[in-house]
Amino acid sequence: MTRAVLSAVPTSRPSVESTFTFSEPHLAARGLACRRGTQLLFEKVDLALRPGELVWLRGRNGRGKTSLLRLVAGISTPEAGEVLLDGTPIAASDERSRRVVYLGHQHALKDDLTSAEALEFLLRIHGRPSDRASVLAALEHWGMLAHANAWVRRLSQGQRRRVALARLVGETHASLWLLDEPFDALDTDGVQRLNALLLQHLQRGGSVLLTGHQATLAPALPARELDLDDCAAA
Amino acid sequence: MSATASPSLFGALFVRDLRLALRRRTEALLPIGFFVVAVALFPLGVGPEPQTLRQIAPGVIWVCALLAAMLSVSQLYSSDHADGTLEQLLMTGGSTTLIAAARAAAHWTLTGLPLVVAAPLFGLLFDLSATALRVLALTLLLGTPVLSLLGSLGAALTLGLRSASVLVILIVLPLSIPVLIFGSGAVAAVDAGQAAGPHLSLLGALLIVTALGVPPATAAALRISTE
Repeated sequence: MTRAVLSAVPTSRPSVESTFTFSEPHLAARGLACRRGTQLLFEKVDLALRPGELVWLRGRNGRGKTSLLRLVAGISTPEAGEVLLDGTPIAASDERSRRVVYLGHQHALKDDLTSAEALEFLLRIHGRPSDRASVLAALEHWGMLAHANAWVRRLSQGQRRRVALARLVGETHASLWLLDEPFDALDTDGVQRLNALLLQHLQRGGSVLLTGHQATLAPALPARELDLDDCAAA
Repeated sequence: MSATASPSLFGALFVRDLRLALRRRTEALLPIGFFVVAVALFPLGVGPEPQTLRQIAPGVIWVCALLAAMLSVSQLYSSDHADGTLEQLLMTGGSTTLIAAARAAAHWTLTGLPLVVAAPLFGLLFDLSATALRVLALTLLLGTPVLSLLGSLGAALTLGLRSASVLVILIVLPLSIPVLIFGSGAVAAVDAGQAAGPHLSLLGALLIVTALGVPPATAAALRISTE
């Protein structure tokens, strides 16, 4: 059985890891296994995310990338293994809401709210600054200021993704970002904006675990790979 | 930044639900519309005999209120589950019990409270006395929150299941029978010249028990459903 060791699989990109400060892992997962119905999707997945690291989670469709992100976020419980945030099981960690930002494949935006209202709600429930100025600044960062009062149902998929990603703009500390297909539906400009945000986040010591197409990651980002195809259950 | 304060999470959810209801007026008015139509049909179908109408009034109004409350309950969590909002709510660090309580409170405000206001008006169709109308309003005030809480539990238990809208009714209706009995019983007692106090006390006790017990159970069901 192949045991996935995340740090052993660097990408072919030019590494700029030397510009980042590494320390003890923000997040550590050991021996993770995930079951969907009667099928064991993956097992014995080890993962360590240190400050300043970006991990690209890859694997075939249905391999369990989203399931792994949900396990790491503490939304679901693993079949085996554990996920620790600074040494504490993540689901029980008081720090999770402050230290972890999870953006799922679904945007969590309500069709009958405006872009600004939907973003304000998400920021507010997560305890982030949600005043009008913060919301508009976040939308402006993503080029969505003109659509601040537009109904979410009128937005394209790419525009909805931009509103969802606007949550990341106000993050100012070194948190852990768990992003499920964040580049999905973004145009070239959106990809560039997200890459810039990711780079800025890594430089302040944050860490990122994401799924998606590697081709969209900027060469400057020190991405490492975790291939779930190597962790498929027998 | 800090974890979301509980009152803030409760308030954010409550306000959002009211705002969404204002934007979806047709859906929001459906339960009260159903109640009005269903209650109004009975005098036409049963006939104009005042004594008969007075006798069936408490049961008819309460059954219609119960069914009206069930109309919207299956949607309580399904939309948030489908669009990813529920995942975000579970990531807030706030109490899942508080999330369940906020959703039930918003559901009652949107479906139960209008029934409390409207039901006495429709009691006039059944020739109910002023005292009976007051007691009817009081029973609905105590009983409809119980329906919203039980509906919230049923919606969480059936989240993501096929035929959830039918299953939730099959789960919640049997649990609602005590509310139905004591709610209609109080009005019938007043109409028969007896005291409504015992029925109202039991309804109050049911409300306390469900308010304390159902939100944690709903929270557990939500966590299981999102696994």
